[in-house]
Amino acid sequence: MIKGKFIDNLPKVYGIYTGGFLVFIILMAIAEQAGMTAKTIGICFVAFTVSIYAIIGYLSRTLQVDAYYVAGRQVPTVFNGMATAADWMSGASFVAMAGGIYFKGYGYMALLVGWTGGYVLVASLLAPYLRKFGCYTVPDFVGTRYGGNAARLSAVLVLTVASFTYVTAQINATGTIASVALDIPFGIAVYVGLASILLCSMLGGMRAVTWTQVAQYIVLIIAYLLPVFWISNKMGAGVFPHLMLADEVARIAELEGQFGFTKNSAADLATVPKGLAGITKAHSAVNATPWAFISLAICMMAGTASLPHVMMRYFTTPSVKAARRSVGWSLFFIFLLYSSAPMLATLSKLSLMDPTLPTGIIGKSIADVQAIDWYQNWNQANLMFVSDFNGNGTLELNEFFMGGKAVVLATPEIAGLPYVISGLVAAGGMAAAMSTADGLVLAIANALSHDLYYKIIDPKAETAKRLIVARVLLVIIGFAGATIAALEIQGILGSVIWAFDFAMSGLFFPLVLGVWWKRANGPGAVAGMLLGLASGTAYLIWVRTGGAGFWGVTQLTFGIVGSLVSLVSMVVVSLMTAEPDAATQKMVDEVRVPSGKTVLGKQH
Amino acid sequence: MSKQKQHWEKTRNLLWITLAIWFVFSIGIFFFGAEMEASSFRPLGYPLSYYMTCQGSLGIFVILIFWFAGRQEKIDEEFGFSEREDS
Repeated sequence: MIKGKFIDNLPKVYGIYTGGFLVFIILMAIAEQAGMTAKTIGICFVAFTVSIYAIIGYLSRTLQVDAYYVAGRQVPTVFNGMATAADWMSGASFVAMAGGIYFKGYGYMALLVGWTGGYVLVASLLAPYLRKFGCYTVPDFVGTRYGGNAARLSAVLVLTVASFTYVTAQINATGTIASVALDIPFGIAVYVGLASILLCSMLGGMRAVTWTQVAQYIVLIIAYLLPVFWISNKMGAGVFPHLMLADEVARIAELEGQFGFTKNSAADLATVPKGLAGITKAHSAVNATPWAFISLAICMMAGTASLPHVMMRYFTTPSVKAARRSVGWSLFFIFLLYSSAPMLATLSKLSLMDPTLPTGIIGKSIADVQAIDWYQNWNQANLMFVSDFNGNGTLELNEFFMGGKAVVLATPEIAGLPYVISGLVAAGGMAAAMSTADGLVLAIANALSHDLYYKIIDPKAETAKRLIVARVLLVIIGFAGATIAALEIQGILGSVIWAFDFAMSGLFFPLVLGVWWKRANGPGAVAGMLLGLASGTAYLIWVRTGGAGFWGVTQLTFGIVGSLVSLVSMVVVSLMTAEPDAATQKMVDEVRVPSGKTVLGKQH
Repeated sequence: MSKQKQHWEKTRNLLWITLAIWFVFSIGIFFFGAEMEASSFRPLGYPLSYYMTCQGSLGIFVILIFWFAGRQEKIDEEFGFSEREDS
């Protein structure tokens, strides 16, 4: 396959791919009618999609440095947008976010604002300038702009901490889905997930990851939108749910008023399986203090702009102009899913809550609910639980518990959709988690191989050797991530939020000031990165071990403390030490205009 | 003032405008969550606070980035700093 030709044919290639995937869904639906079991359908969906990604990964294998690190810098704007959207939307967005909104309502929707608003910062403050710089990795920029191995190493450190926290959550998500869909124990499923992640990225690096991520985006967006539209129409809630669910939102508020939020006693709650939650907060009513909402949004936005796996996607566009537009497309593709998550949460909650709907379970007798097929299935999977706390024989709102993942994974079944949709959703969740994990593992491995190994340890290494080191590191990091994921220390959504805080603490200001403040120098940046990361981490540990915290900053928003320390120390240290030399200042000037050569050469 | 300085000044002004709009819709309005909820302006029938968090602000961000990109391209063209379309 000739490369130039492949790029020109992208719309056709992915058009055929999308058509093929739709045909596959229809075939599965026919097979279901013909009596194929639910389990076989689940296995077919996951196996079919994962093997396609693996084939794409194999076809994109490469032995060239710039193809491996930045996909040869020729990914067209719109396709890079899709790849970024898949890279970005993780297992947390796909599997856990609608669940978070379902349980916590308005307060959790700060994540929607934060995870989209951050792209304005990416587009205006960073992406075009880093593209002009011509770096392979984020530490590559830090190391060259600030000069010296100390800055480069500090950036590698922050990047590794943030990305590694994030990647364990993603491998956890692939493991969860693989274990449900393939019916194998979680401990093994984690490694099955890891193997599929490595299949995509090992041979072709960024080039392979780019083209699989586009394919994964197509699967995940179909898998998310199809059930939302289907359920909405089936319930008669509206043909186009996003525009037509106002009555349903109001109806939930009405039912909440009717049922009330009864607080369960600690003794009762102790009988509920770990990880399950009930509805304790209003769905649409403003239920968080402004600062709780805003501080979470701020952390997610600054974290977005500092996470390396997103930033490095914009290194792959053909030009600075394309990098800017590509951010817009990324956000558009993300918007399609994010604006649907609250709608899914609404439909899911109403179909369970409303006694006038055939699917409603609140107000029914406990024995009836326990006899429902889907209840038994999900109860067995430890994702659903009912208990008659007040002993009146009927199910109350406070007596129904569900796992966060179940909102996305189980809603199609609850709403009475055919099983083929549940299989599709599993494939979508797998695609979301795999694509993000791929981006992250690659970000870490590239930083270690390019910045640590090639730039610091062995600058004379030959291309072949560099790429072998990169691949070996990829496998090692993947295995380390899977091993930690198998321990299940923190939930998916929790670890993801931490990752944003870590990235924000250490990298946000050093990156932004590197472009926007000429006076920023090496010692300042090193101080900013290290003190920011250290103070953020210290604050997290303090709050986790019972510390009271201050300014209403919680363990989910510790990035605020970290980044403030980072900003102050960076400015103070920069001003106390000598200003950057003329060459560095000239370099910053060059970065600020789109035309001309990149600061770093095509191959470096 | 050199061409480059002028270009950077315009770029910086555009940044401030973009960040101001971004600030209003990502942070500013959420200081008034309760007021938005009580507002009688209900887009598509949703409470305003709910609408802004799940669609309104998100949509504005998408439009803002494309607007920003367009304006920045104009600035680059004005000073002859756009890239040659060689790829």
